[in-house]
Amino acid sequence: MAYFKVESLVKYFGGLAAVNGVSFEVAKGEIFGLIGPNGSGKTTTFNMISGYHRPTSGRVIFKGREIHHLKTYKICKLGIGRTFQVVKPLGRMSVLDNVIAAAFSRVNTMAEARELAQKSIEFCGLSHVRDVLAKSLPIAGRKRLEITRAMATQPELLLLDETAAGLNPTELIEAIDLIKKIRDNGTTIVIIEHIMHVIMTISDRIHAINFGQTIAEGTPVEVARNQAVIEAYLGTDYA
Amino acid sequence: MKKRLYPLILLAVLAGFPLVVEDNYYQHLMILFLMWVVIGSAWNMIAGYTGQVSFGDAAFFGSGAYAAGLLAHHLHVSAWWGMAIGGLAALAVGFPFGWICFRLRGAYFALATLALNEVLRHGTTIAESFTRGMLGIMIMPTFVSKVPYYYIALGMAVVSVLSVRLLIRSKPGYYFVSIREDQDAAESLGIDTHFYKMLSLAFAAFWTGMAGSLYMNYMGFIDPHVVFSLHDISIMAILVGIVGGVGTVYGPTVGAFIMVAVQEMFRSGFFGLFKFLAETTGSESVRALADVLTKGHVLGFGLLVVLVILVLPNGIVGDWDKIKKKVFRIHSPA
Amino acid sequence: MDVFLQILVAGFLKGGLYALIGIGMTLIMGVMGIINLAHGQLMMVAMYVTFVLHSFFGVDPYLSLFVAMPALFLLGVVIQKYLLNPLIKAETILPENQVLMTVGIGMVLTEVIRFIFKSDYKSVTTSYTGATFFLGSISFSWALVVAFGIAVAFTVAMFFFLIKTDLGRSIRATAQDKDAAILMGVNTRRITVITFGLGTALVACAGTLLVPVYYVFPDLGGPFTAKAFIITILGGLGSTVGAIFGGVTLGLAESLGATYLGMEYEDIVGLTIFVLVLLFLPGGFKRLTKV
Ligand SMILES: Nc1ncnc2c1ncn2[C@@H]1O[C@H](COP(=O)(O)OP(=O)(O)OP(=O)(O)O)[C@@H](O)[C@H]1O
Ligand SMILES: [Mg+2]
Repeated sequence: MAYFKVESLVKYFGGLAAVNGVSFEVAKGEIFGLIGPNGSGKTTTFNMISGYHRPTSGRVIFKGREIHHLKTYKICKLGIGRTFQVVKPLGRMSVLDNVIAAAFSRVNTMAEARELAQKSIEFCGLSHVRDVLAKSLPIAGRKRLEITRAMATQPELLLLDETAAGLNPTELIEAIDLIKKIRDNGTTIVIIEHIMHVIMTISDRIHAINFGQTIAEGTPVEVARNQAVIEAYLGTDYA
Repeated sequence: MKKRLYPLILLAVLAGFPLVVEDNYYQHLMILFLMWVVIGSAWNMIAGYTGQVSFGDAAFFGSGAYAAGLLAHHLHVSAWWGMAIGGLAALAVGFPFGWICFRLRGAYFALATLALNEVLRHGTTIAESFTRGMLGIMIMPTFVSKVPYYYIALGMAVVSVLSVRLLIRSKPGYYFVSIREDQDAAESLGIDTHFYKMLSLAFAAFWTGMAGSLYMNYMGFIDPHVVFSLHDISIMAILVGIVGGVGTVYGPTVGAFIMVAVQEMFRSGFFGLFKFLAETTGSESVRALADVLTKGHVLGFGLLVVLVILVLPNGIVGDWDKIKKKVFRIHSPA
Repeated sequence: MDVFLQILVAGFLKGGLYALIGIGMTLIMGVMGIINLAHGQLMMVAMYVTFVLHSFFGVDPYLSLFVAMPALFLLGVVIQKYLLNPLIKAETILPENQVLMTVGIGMVLTEVIRFIFKSDYKSVTTSYTGATFFLGSISFSWALVVAFGIAVAFTVAMFFFLIKTDLGRSIRATAQDKDAAILMGVNTRRITVITFGLGTALVACAGTLLVPVYYVFPDLGGPFTAKAFIITILGGLGSTVGAIFGGVTLGLAESLGATYLGMEYEDIVGLTIFVLVLLFLPGGFKRLTKV
């Protein structure tokens, strides 16, 4: 039995098929890359997994349980965390309070939540801005807050949506280190990323989609050599 | 350290007030002030902390008032019993209210709350055989003195403010503010946003309903236009919340004091100052001005709404830094 | 049967005016994303303009459209420019400040009018106020029929304006996607100002047309604001075609309610429909027709 899998996911917005029959399986403990050109349906796939959108058809199965009919907060409680491509900081709360709010998904008292949040903040390296208002963070800080918050919900499976976009080279290296550290800590990761060398270096396997449909799947090397991927995806960037 | 003492000092002053000031008029104003602390704190919970701006608080106030009033009127149960029922009645109204309104977000939520209050107001007016419609409900007040009412109101105000403080520093409080800041992010953090919005609304409904039944007991008379009033209750509640400071524990207390004072100032022609001036000077034009001022008190209220939003959108407590800066600059034009 | 037809006709004609009120509201809502809770009060001001023109200068209510509409357009522009637009910049916890501001504006308008004209009911009697004609056994009020015709004319004109002119297209672009409109070089601030003016002018038109067949008093603003938002929710937020359906539906429902349930139910019928739509058809008629 697969640890996590999506089966023939389809999502229509009006007449437009944003996702049109995507299937993949993720093994426990791996970093699974999801790539595709702009508008190919990656974020929509995440939104279906985390319960923001109901799939038009298809199934999402986590540890043998169908979850595509569950509400978003229930999916979080089941152990699937996510970050947002368009970051959603709780602006007028401090970084610590952002993470405490997340930690309350696992504990009930203030003391426990604070402790859990502190741990997550240290783990993700945000201690220096702990008491800063989330809205005053620069973009790199906000992206990292997304991850820190998701980690405080103690996910088994973490969905990362373009957490490296907009970072400078130093920040990029830090981000890659963090993602590896999270995986080494036992969390399975599905990651959407546009920056090729990031996704190629950290992913164990990669799934490529275009126009909402699967075009390739395999190791980074296999996918990078795949003709359909080069045409659809790299073609637009490098041609 | 000192800051922590302020609320205690304030409480001591409030507890001693009726013993020192025995004037009925001022005791009356203070009772209104305390009642608005309760309503303002309740509104602040759902709107200020949870971000669901209700324009229909009067629905809860009216339900509480009518629960107490109808009980006394039909069953001759003391309206004080109604007081316990008042909060619960408002809760009972709150659930369908939330169920309907939380399908909408932002301004549309505000609109739906306003509409439901209108439904209740019209409904109460039409159901004459049960509610006496526009005739209203009159009951005999239990006490002649205002002092007992004062202490009951004070008790309610203290407990409501304390409960806000407690709640806001615990899990529900964090969840409320998360929902206000970003509902989608909140969901992704495992927050059942619908449940917590309902919880926040329940809190607001309960306390507003309690204030409504206090009003019934204290004033002895209600009718649909008084207790389900958009301007005098729902908008006043919003102003109390905004003037003091949205999303702050003591903001509504400050706001209630200012709003009750301002309202009374307009209503009484600046505490009778202009009448007094007119009488002492015997000037016709001052008398006319006094007349205009008292008659135009709703206009003053409306202008106040406009001004407050333009100048102090986060209220006195919320914009305190801004205010200090402005004042500071005036005093030291370096 | 005749009674029933008669009620339908009356409701339908009233619905034409309601549609005009609703389109004004919908325009503002679409472009600004806010609900204008001073809509009915602005209409009331227009009615007083017409009343004054008639009782002091003997101007026919239909002619005073040419004064009331531009005057209210200007008032709308001033409100948007100096009272609502400044709020967009303000850093505040409650985005609903704009809505609250419109409540404040509504109160001020009502009280200023009350101050000048007292709370009395005024009415404008013209030669055609009570005039009717018959088709079969159904009577038609001339004033309502003419009002209906003018309302339809303005609605059609509005459509052409929105679809055919550059300004109209800018308004629709802003309503659909503000950020995209800014990128396309639309001055959205100017658009919001113009739109508020237009919305106000439309409701002024409706108000003026109502004058010959209705009373004029300061407190009529509130109930008409309520009608305006019921119409817009019925029709689907921000949908112009929806506002027409919403207006006619409310007109019919009120007439039927007033006849078969009793006059005091006229208002509550609208509110009940409103709640039912919220419950069972969120998105209004727009959801059904996809317009
Ligand atoms: N809520 C929505 N309503 C309507 N259309 C949507 C919605 N969300 C996404 N779409 C459309 O679905 C398609 C896929 O969007 P999606 O955001 O999933 O792409 P993506 O692969 O994440 O792209 P990017 O790399 O730019 O983030 C796009 O055409 C988009 O416009
Ligand atoms: Mg995306």
